[in-house]
Amino acid sequence: MPRFHAETLDVYNGQTFPVSACPNTDMASFRATLIGGVSQGLRISALFGAPLAGDTLRLYAVLTDDNAGRLHLISTDVTGSYTALTPSCAQAHMFEREIFEQWGVRPEGHPWLKPVRFETPFRGNGKAAPIGITDFFHMKGDEAHEVAVGPVHAGVIEPGHFRFQCHGETVYHLEISLGYQHRGIERKIPGGPHPLTPFQMETLAGDTTIGHMGTYCRMIEHFSGIASPAKGQAIRGIAAELERLANHIGDLGAMAGDVGFLPTMSYCGRIRGDALNMTAVLCGNRFGRGLVVPGGTAFDLDSRLIEILLKRLDDLEKDATSAIELMFNTPSVLARFENTGRVSRETAREIGLVGPAARSCGLTQDIRFQHPYGIYNYIMAQMYTWHTGDCFSRAYVRWLEIQESMAFVRQVLHAMPSGETRTAMRGQLAPDTMSVTLTEGWRGEICHAAATDANGRFAFYKIVDPSFHNWFGLAQALRDQQISDFPLCNKSFNLSYCGHDL
Amino acid sequence: MNHPPYIHVAVSLAAAPFLFGVINKVKAGFAGRKGPPLFQMYYDIVKLMRKGAVYSRTTTEMFRLSPLVSVAVGILAVMTVPLGQTESLISFHGDIFLLAYLFGMARFTTVLAAMDTGSAFEGMGASREVQFSMLAEPAFLVGLAALSLLTGESSVAGILSALRNGTGTATGHVVIPICVASLFIVLLAENSRIPVDDPNTHLELTMIHEVMVLDHGGMDLGFIHYGSALKLWVFASIIARILVPVKMSSPMLDAALATASLLAVTVAVGVVESTMARLRMLRVPQLLTGATILSLVALIIAMR
Repeated sequence: MPRFHAETLDVYNGQTFPVSACPNTDMASFRATLIGGVSQGLRISALFGAPLAGDTLRLYAVLTDDNAGRLHLISTDVTGSYTALTPSCAQAHMFEREIFEQWGVRPEGHPWLKPVRFETPFRGNGKAAPIGITDFFHMKGDEAHEVAVGPVHAGVIEPGHFRFQCHGETVYHLEISLGYQHRGIERKIPGGPHPLTPFQMETLAGDTTIGHMGTYCRMIEHFSGIASPAKGQAIRGIAAELERLANHIGDLGAMAGDVGFLPTMSYCGRIRGDALNMTAVLCGNRFGRGLVVPGGTAFDLDSRLIEILLKRLDDLEKDATSAIELMFNTPSVLARFENTGRVSRETAREIGLVGPAARSCGLTQDIRFQHPYGIYNYIMAQMYTWHTGDCFSRAYVRWLEIQESMAFVRQVLHAMPSGETRTAMRGQLAPDTMSVTLTEGWRGEICHAAATDANGRFAFYKIVDPSFHNWFGLAQALRDQQISDFPLCNKSFNLSYCGHDL
Repeated sequence: MNHPPYIHVAVSLAAAPFLFGVINKVKAGFAGRKGPPLFQMYYDIVKLMRKGAVYSRTTTEMFRLSPLVSVAVGILAVMTVPLGQTESLISFHGDIFLLAYLFGMARFTTVLAAMDTGSAFEGMGASREVQFSMLAEPAFLVGLAALSLLTGESSVAGILSALRNGTGTATGHVVIPICVASLFIVLLAENSRIPVDDPNTHLELTMIHEVMVLDHGGMDLGFIHYGSALKLWVFASIIARILVPVKMSSPMLDAALATASLLAVTVAVGVVESTMARLRMLRVPQLLTGATILSLVALIIAMR
């Protein structure tokens, strides 16, 4: 594939640059760059607004070129309204809705301009729309019926509202309406980092503590021109892979539970706890809170702990392998997984899926591999894909990644660097600087984009959780499926509500 | 000498919820867990009986009637089925139809009560229940008809008693296993067990039976639980008796054997639930049609 050429700023993952270096073009070339880039296989990792004086809004776009390992940035200034990108570029769909909701800048011609989170506008005196009240898509007909689920669910899970348009048992369309978990984190950061900011980062999505906190800490390090020592990076890598292990194992168990296959459900529920407990060995907290800090990690790993972790990893590997292979060897389970909730490769690319959900549609994209950072610069993590795009594929890619993560953790534990785990923070963040930092969280690409003002404080801090890309994939997966398969499809994506709602 | 039939009816009424305890212990064993106590269902029912019920303003009398019908039907059904050597309390020619349509009536009221709530979930569950029971009913009736033809009896007690006294014919050796297979599938479907339904799921969208009773609470829910325990007891004891049609020397031994075979059928339900996933809902009609075909094959063989 030819290198992508356009009037953009071409940077690598995490590179800092002066805010003024990002090219600011007119709307026409901004549109042409985005639509052209996406048609050439690039992805929109972020598309967001940052306020300028008056009513003007600066739109930034981050186009990710996975094959070349580069990020392309471009910006344009808009006031009032502009012609929507979405009709020509579906990946922009959620981003444009978000821009409209946050800044009141209307993307003219957007086919689906509904609230994303029902949040108060960032500018002006506008009020938030009452949550959950919107113009839902309706299917009319004597035999068509509508099923509404949530926001309060039967299990102990996060709130979200789902509307199914059905004919009998067949789902024609699923509309997902979120926002119930909105805490307004993005608007609390400008002027920071505040004392509370690290804690907000760790809880952006509770199950992705290491993922989001690691991204934030790398961002701070880039802005202050320091680097985490090798040992700190190794421990971060272990924590990130343990997070992936715990969640993937938990997901496979939950998928087994949804098809009523009890042994794998019960065992994986317990084994997920074992993986979490290994994180607790690292830092005393099962989700890794307080482990990752700007400059490295707050906890060291001595040879005694390494021994304990290696021993536990062996046990984990043995238990996980037998529990999960039992599931993949049971025909009745495979009959449920295969051909359920299929997303085609074309659809996945068009709507911009990320993470295991994208890899299970046959797309080769993994930030660890294509935009390496931290420990992944030195130890290559293998990328696994599967081509069928159904629930089986999403389960199987998880199983392959579980095995890869176990091997990775073992390798890093055996080759633990010596020295410090943390570089002392010094001075302020560089002023008038911008950076885009990507991480492969267990759900997929985490994108943080931030800029500092003249005083070295954050001017804006944009967070894109993988769930923001993937919720629409779940809606697509349900098309023409049985409504009774929704819980299975939902679990096969296992997306975050609070990561989406921020 | 036989004990009078009302004793075994009393025993059945008292022991039925125990079967759920057995199934759950088996499932827990497969999953490496301790599982809930064997008598958990009793605790649940007692707890529910002490609670009040909340009724939606959209519901009518039908909603309150349906749990009572479930229990009444369960009790009547238990009376038509013998245990051990004892005769059943109610027995007359053609009572196999009574048994089948007693459960049909209970289902009818449950479905009406579910639709009564006006909830999208419950309507969906009702539609599934009706669709699947429409397919399970012929499997059950034709299976019993095959046994009836084999034994020349037309009451449940008569059929089971004739089987016990021996139908050592070659036809019997073929018909009985086929009927047992078919009736076992009907048992799984009628009692909302895996692979047809999942009694443990909390996911409304995948439920069949459970979703229809979501709005019931307190004493009503207790009745529904108790009714389903009786239903499971009836199906399991019929299958157990067909499967082990042995006549022992003493009534005590006979009762022990009947209990053991009943428990074996219950354990089998637990094993099926532990070792396989639930079917896709699209596949359930195929399973039930398969059961009907098995019953038909048994009937054709019995006719020869």
